[in-house]
Amino acid sequence: MMLVLPLSQVKGMDQVEVGGKCRALAQMWGRGIPVPETVCIPTEAYARYVRATGLRERIQLELSRKDFADMRWEELWDAALRIRNMFLKTDMPDDLRRELFEELTKRFGESPVVVRSSAPGEDSAEVSFAGLHESFVNVTGIPAVLEHVRLVWSSLWSDAALLYRRDLGLEVTKSTMAVAVQELVRGARSGVAFSRSPNDDAQAVVESVYGLNQGLVDGTVEPDRWILNRESGRVLHHVAAAREERMVAGDTGVVLEPLPEPLSARPPLSAEEVEQVFQHARKLETAFGRPQDVEWTWGKEGLVVLQSRPVTTPAGSGSDDGRRWYLSLRRSFDNLASLRERIEGELIPGMIEEADALAAEAVEGLSDARLSDEIEHRLEIYEQWVDVYWETFIPFAHGIRLFGQVYNDAVRPDDPYAFLDLLAGTDMASLARNETLGTLASMVRGDAELREALEEGAPPAEFERINEAFSERVRSFVDEFGDLSCPMTGSGTCDGPPDSLVRVLLEMAEHEPRRTRTRQRDREAMEAAYLDHFSGEECTRAAELLDLARTSYRLRDDDNIYLGRIEAQVEVAVEVGLRRLSDRNRLATEDLSRGDVARALSDPDFVPDEAGDEEPVGDMVVQARQIVGQPAGPGLAQGRARVIKSASDLTTFEHGEVLICDAVDPNMTFVVPLASAVVERRGGMLIHGAIIAREYGLPCVTGVPDATERIQTGDLVTVDGYLGIITIAKRGQPSDAKDR
Amino acid sequence: MKEKASVETALRGLFARQGLAALATTEADGHPYANLMAFAATEDLMSLMMMTGRSTRKYDNLCSDPRVALLIDDRSHDPSDIHQAMAVTVLGRAREVPKEERGELLALYLRKHPHLKEFASSPSIALFEVAVRSYYLVRRFQEVTELHVQR
Repeated sequence: MMLVLPLSQVKGMDQVEVGGKCRALAQMWGRGIPVPETVCIPTEAYARYVRATGLRERIQLELSRKDFADMRWEELWDAALRIRNMFLKTDMPDDLRRELFEELTKRFGESPVVVRSSAPGEDSAEVSFAGLHESFVNVTGIPAVLEHVRLVWSSLWSDAALLYRRDLGLEVTKSTMAVAVQELVRGARSGVAFSRSPNDDAQAVVESVYGLNQGLVDGTVEPDRWILNRESGRVLHHVAAAREERMVAGDTGVVLEPLPEPLSARPPLSAEEVEQVFQHARKLETAFGRPQDVEWTWGKEGLVVLQSRPVTTPAGSGSDDGRRWYLSLRRSFDNLASLRERIEGELIPGMIEEADALAAEAVEGLSDARLSDEIEHRLEIYEQWVDVYWETFIPFAHGIRLFGQVYNDAVRPDDPYAFLDLLAGTDMASLARNETLGTLASMVRGDAELREALEEGAPPAEFERINEAFSERVRSFVDEFGDLSCPMTGSGTCDGPPDSLVRVLLEMAEHEPRRTRTRQRDREAMEAAYLDHFSGEECTRAAELLDLARTSYRLRDDDNIYLGRIEAQVEVAVEVGLRRLSDRNRLATEDLSRGDVARALSDPDFVPDEAGDEEPVGDMVVQARQIVGQPAGPGLAQGRARVIKSASDLTTFEHGEVLICDAVDPNMTFVVPLASAVVERRGGMLIHGAIIAREYGLPCVTGVPDATERIQTGDLVTVDGYLGIITIAKRGQPSDAKDR
Repeated sequence: MKEKASVETALRGLFARQGLAALATTEADGHPYANLMAFAATEDLMSLMMMTGRSTRKYDNLCSDPRVALLIDDRSHDPSDIHQAMAVTVLGRAREVPKEERGELLALYLRKHPHLKEFASSPSIALFEVAVRSYYLVRRFQEVTELHVQR
């Protein structure tokens, strides 16, 4: 099979071979509708590439670490990033490259082109992958085109595309991708048209911007919009845009530039041109037999159709297929910059204010009924902030990913997470706390009398006499960070022993705690090497992106702390309620949810649902021997497990143990400098456990299902942070002695 | 406990689909020795059954050292096996089942391998029961779960 197909050949071929976009283009071409000169690189080329390079199996291994349905979205982020790096680092096999190179050179030579995805199943009436796969505008030179073909292929495995396929129940292992390579049409005006409005069956829509379409499609440039009567074609309504900027082809890629004065005064399309665009859309609807969503541009030769696909959301159904959220994972720099403004200027101060306001309200004296209302009220507030967390903070974390992608594209490191070293912050609150702990521990280490007093549990007045400077520092530590007995920042219900801090200091005094990797100089060199890949304007943008990513990274830490403060205030009210219920022996309180506590307080007859997970005692014992998670910090370590289920588990933490937890809270990480490795149930490279482990250079595995259930304190565990594997040797393992 | 049920279900499924196991025994000089064997498992997963001629090397090995390992897997001889195939290593002790005890165990074995009826009825054939001590189940390339039988 030929690997570079002209539209004349694509016409009769199946979607499975050429993808939705190429096929639609070929059909339009066949009907004489003007389209850019296009060739199709069929799915066969993709198949040959992944087969010959072994990528096919590597991708499957990456995605089958655990049941695909059980992977958290952060884990898919990570898998997607690793897979993208595989494509970046894996050249095409020679024969495939030669074949593509020759044909593409004949067609396009040194002319700039657009490289677009054309996935089978893409853009059918039922599903729309619009925006989920990548397209690259203005790529020049065949070597660059071939690189971008690889990037389009890799976008088949982007996080958004993976999530979307999973929700639709599509089998990801069958995914494949064709690519359209098109001449770049430098349209002065571009836009989209819906032959039937997604919102109103009787209407059609035409949208237009100056310059190229990319600004409109990714939401950067606001379009002029015309609403038309679908039958008559009469314009019902024109919504003018501010018309401040346009997207144009730069040296490579596209750049946003201010719109020249005379243009901003008039709409990009005249009344006749709106009519003409609409008529094209109608013609395409007739040709394809259903309403079409058309992308077009106005080039030197007139109107050109870039692509056409069925309108997917039927009018009036109001269905949101979830794609909107997945697409929100992919944020532009500008979008992230405005998120940052909102987070730093509005949301974080708002969270602090909320927590302070709640803390100021006394709950002890409330009647049962009022306390019940108060718990509900606090839960509601907390849940609102959780929603904010999902809608704003999580998408903002994508700044880290955006930077990672830009860094990996430019630098192509072996370790796809090397970029995190550039983000590793010196101003993270938890690191500052650990630093101070280290200093306090070294004071204890250097003062035998003080150490003895602490070991004997002397009262504060005693060690104030022995070492005043130490005593002073401890006080300011407690003021700033608490006494380490609370699982949550600001929680009033600390179940750790009051001497938590003393215990931790003694342990650290005995075994020098690990320090963060001092990499300031490395970091500067790394930063310079990164910026070296860019020049001029691009270099400024690369530096700005790095700055944005650093804020993103720091906020991964801080947003949890602020959310934790609000949650702690829910907990304060719940605790009071629990005490009342247990004083009255009303219910077995240990399994009650927060909502149950509120209900039990207001309804004397309330009985919670039984969990009922009892299994008959069997005659077989099941044990996890090796568990696969996600590699999140390179290194190999072995140690006794310390499973963290409550704050008191933290204060008994011993040097060299492996920290096993459900979800590391920034407030828990003071033991990390004592640990030999970190294991967490939550998955992803950007969760707190992984970030902090990386700061200390510790092996880390995340996304370990039921970690705190399958591993017990005292088990000997080996943590392979390179491959993401935990091996567990149980105490009292049956012996293999030869006992004939 | 969900995990235990999942492991047991996986094992039962695998044993139902697979007819053959690789059996490892020990030679008199201590050297390991491997064979393919038709096997069947009891519903409670406590025992595996297999048959062999009394003149075979494995028969001698089993008589002199009853400790065995078996490997049962669902490979399809495709590169995707590396992440798709499941394999279980079984450790246990084999004993020859005396004629008078054969009844139900042999019936179970022949329900799975009806074509071996003639073979089984030959006086030169011995039925072995492996009392399982442990299963080591490997899934998803690297995920290993152990199931230990308490006797």
